[in-house]
Amino acid sequence: MKKEAIILTQNLKTMKFLKPLIFTFLLVTVAACSDDDDLPGIINEEEVITTLSVTLTPDGGGTAIVLTSTDLDGDGPNPPTIVGGTLAANTNYTGVIQALNELENPAEDITEEVAEEDDEHQFFFQAVGPNLNISTTYSDFDDDGNPLGINFSLTTGDAGDGTLRVTLRHLLDKFAAGVSDGDITNAGGDTDIEVDYSISVQ
Amino acid sequence: MKLLFTYVFISFRLLYAFPQQCNYTLKGEIKDFHDGKPLVGTTLSLIKDDTVVQSIISDLDGKYIISNVCLGRFELTVSHPNCKPKRILINIEGHTIKNVNLEHHLENLDEVLIIGERQEKGITKATSVQTLKTDVIEQFSDASLGDALRELSGVSSLNTGSTIVKPVIQGLNSSRILIITNNVRLQDQEWGIEHAPNVDLNTADRITVIRGSGALQYGGDAIGGVVLAKPAALATKDTLFGKTLLSGSSNGRGGSVSSTINKGFNSGFGLRLQGSFKRFGDFRAPDYFLTNTGTQQKAISINFGVNTFLYGLEAYYSYFDTELGILQAADFGNLTDLIRAINLPVPEIIEDFSHNIGLPRQEVAHHLVKLNSYFRLKRLGKLSFQYSFQFNDRQEFDNRSFLDDDIPVVDLELTTHNFDALLDIDTVENSKITAGISILFQDNFADPVTEVRRVIPDYEKFGIGTFAGIAYTITEDLTLDLGARFDFTHIDAQKFYISSFFEERGYAIDFADIIVEDFGTQILTNPVFNFTNFSSTIGLGYTINKDIDLQINYGLASRPPNPSELFSEGLNQASVAFELGDLRIKEEIANKIALTLKGSLFNQRLNFNLTPYANFITDYIVLEPTEDGVTQTGRGAFQEFEYLQNDARFFGVDFDATYDINKQLHYKTSLSYLRGDDTERNRPLINIPPANWHNSISYNNSAFKNLNLQLKSETVFRQTRFPNNNFIGRTVEDNQFVDVLVDVSTPPPGYHLLHFDSSIQFNLNTITTLQLGVSVNNILNTTYRQYLNRFRLFADELGRNITLRAKLNY
Repeated sequence: MKKEAIILTQNLKTMKFLKPLIFTFLLVTVAACSDDDDLPGIINEEEVITTLSVTLTPDGGGTAIVLTSTDLDGDGPNPPTIVGGTLAANTNYTGVIQALNELENPAEDITEEVAEEDDEHQFFFQAVGPNLNISTTYSDFDDDGNPLGINFSLTTGDAGDGTLRVTLRHLLDKFAAGVSDGDITNAGGDTDIEVDYSISVQ
Repeated sequence: MKLLFTYVFISFRLLYAFPQQCNYTLKGEIKDFHDGKPLVGTTLSLIKDDTVVQSIISDLDGKYIISNVCLGRFELTVSHPNCKPKRILINIEGHTIKNVNLEHHLENLDEVLIIGERQEKGITKATSVQTLKTDVIEQFSDASLGDALRELSGVSSLNTGSTIVKPVIQGLNSSRILIITNNVRLQDQEWGIEHAPNVDLNTADRITVIRGSGALQYGGDAIGGVVLAKPAALATKDTLFGKTLLSGSSNGRGGSVSSTINKGFNSGFGLRLQGSFKRFGDFRAPDYFLTNTGTQQKAISINFGVNTFLYGLEAYYSYFDTELGILQAADFGNLTDLIRAINLPVPEIIEDFSHNIGLPRQEVAHHLVKLNSYFRLKRLGKLSFQYSFQFNDRQEFDNRSFLDDDIPVVDLELTTHNFDALLDIDTVENSKITAGISILFQDNFADPVTEVRRVIPDYEKFGIGTFAGIAYTITEDLTLDLGARFDFTHIDAQKFYISSFFEERGYAIDFADIIVEDFGTQILTNPVFNFTNFSSTIGLGYTINKDIDLQINYGLASRPPNPSELFSEGLNQASVAFELGDLRIKEEIANKIALTLKGSLFNQRLNFNLTPYANFITDYIVLEPTEDGVTQTGRGAFQEFEYLQNDARFFGVDFDATYDINKQLHYKTSLSYLRGDDTERNRPLINIPPANWHNSISYNNSAFKNLNLQLKSETVFRQTRFPNNNFIGRTVEDNQFVDVLVDVSTPPPGYHLLHFDSSIQFNLNTITTLQLGVSVNNILNTTYRQYLNRFRLFADELGRNITLRAKLNY
């Protein structure tokens, strides 16, 4: 057999080998391209707290003060809309927090999930500013006896303006020094929410 | 072929009964299969019953005549010094003409080892390359590709903690570097700064780095460079051999095992099985454990095929699976957390040692299937085809606030098909010509199971590229290398945007036509991009004298934006910052010039390589802080960056030299320096590797069990040129708001480390050798931080590590 003939056979073999290869390639390409019509489904973030409201009811009765923070575009560019409130001086309030995800329809109450995982979460309240006289104490606790903070009581002192910072931490060290007294300094963990409400005590 | 011979053989047996007549001639011509040229000095022997009847040598025209040949069946052996010998069965029934083509130029076979510096496929002589050889790769058997590559001057790494290591070539990383494993371009979401290349280092026999775009065969977008990890060739003759590497390390309290077995047959069929396993627990900085930095890696590969001179056919499959723990203390929420983490002298979370890989972590699996074949065409060259399939499945897990932690926060599935055809023409005088076509189809699927909005959207990508190159030997001392490539890329994405983001970026005006459906808070869009890119290389190699070579390389590379640069629009957990992509981003174009002077002096005792280079990049894509610098969300404030395009300029020099003090003592030094500037904003570029200087002294005694002792010193200077991205953050201290300067820019101080490595070899029998090695990294347990580590603000680098290695060759 002449060498040329062998080469020819080789080339034929090439073609034979290539045909299924090209075919497979085209098939795969076509198959993959035909996916085009399947539009991806929308994902509404499950874990976003869009809305945090703090309801403060005076112990002696009267109109409740509601502080709100709403950020309906989640991680979008719009900053949250925060509405603060005016409190009466030297008054005790019963506070309750509600966290919502309003990206879901109907809105999902995330407070319940925080309550379920109470050993991994804690709210903190910081009165910020030289003139703001506010103190808070926790009214709800996890199984270890550490505070959670969905329910709390707030006491105002003399008149003054400032900011109430409400923080929700996740996977924090609830046993660290000062944390059970509401001091965030040693808490660590991940911040789920951090809102600065303007407060005027009159 | 065997069948054919058997058939011929049987036919001749039948004819054998004829009476003896011995006055016939056998003549013919011996030619080079390759280019048809006559082969002078070929030895031809006519053999009957295992006895040489006559022997003759071909003349100046490659012709031969054997006279007085008897009738009957003979065997003709044809041999030439540069060729593979040939045995031909021949039947003499009268005067016979037999022309023979020999497979000359054996050295052109990629599969054949050549002494000295071997040229890699796809790279020509005028291109400056650096290579890591098997023995160095083996030292990093339990580490990563990025770790091993740092051995080369001009190559550094961009780390996320200690386990995610991405190579940086002359200041550029990620999408600007092509990683080619086993002749396939790796498609593994390489755009991500915290996505390490999915390569098992143990599959590579040699790793070559091209500091530029000099390998157009693999792509035209190598703005930074190309890493070619190449396995050993399959065995083509009857053999059985293998290798097992074992290593154990004190830091991380783990180790690795890697094994390879090769089987070959004389028919050219070869088979290789390779597997490796690696497991480490938490690594340790000098003063504390880096909690949740353990890793696990499993990899297997199988490769088999036939390789002969005329044709070859191979199949390859590899599976790579890795689980990477990410420093727990670097996982946090907003600006308040960031300020806290930066200010803490030690990470916030330090726990006792554990092998457990908790949260956050990455789990990535990569499958690669490759089919390739080649055919040698007479008087032309070699034609190769390759089809490859890659499937990359990346899952990232993190603490979920209100969902099961077993649901990933990122789940991307990237499927890539590649078809390549390549023609190597090596029959034109003084030239090597390469031309080819490369087709890609890719599909990215972001699994909605995460219940997190897809940052990287679902997309389909189609790419076609054609390239051609010529390496021309002008004179014996001067070689010219020219190449050009043209690429077309089509991207069709399905992206959900937050409506307010779509509005704020001005997309609602500029990209109104891509809206598919408005869901209120989100908008589904269908961005489609077409990019055409041109790239080219020019290389000139000049041998000044027998000791000194000069190479000049110019490369034009052009890269379309990656998915992250186009589509990002949210929090990047790794950097704890918002990163915003831009649909308006165009391709970036690099013009790089490099000069390589290499040579030897003092009777070749001193060898050196000096490479100054300049890289001018038009529309270089960079992340810059946005005008506000900070964005407000319900979780508090975050730093905010956006992708912009500015012109950039890189000037650098890499130098390395070795000096043989005597036969046993060798000194090696390497130095890299680089300046990178944003020429539009007139400020330094971020993440430019600081100047570094490596020195080592080694003792090698081949007479005494190949004993090898090496002391290495690593000096890294402080990076003094950096952009100031510091910003003012508002935090609460002692119940007062305070504005603090958040320093995320200032590079850490320089440092000096000492390392030791040793090995000794025992020949257990004629085929089995055992090599034992001990190495100590960071001998002095020095505390340091690296500028190019994304976690440098939170934790120290690794402390001392003692590794024991054993290698068995059999």
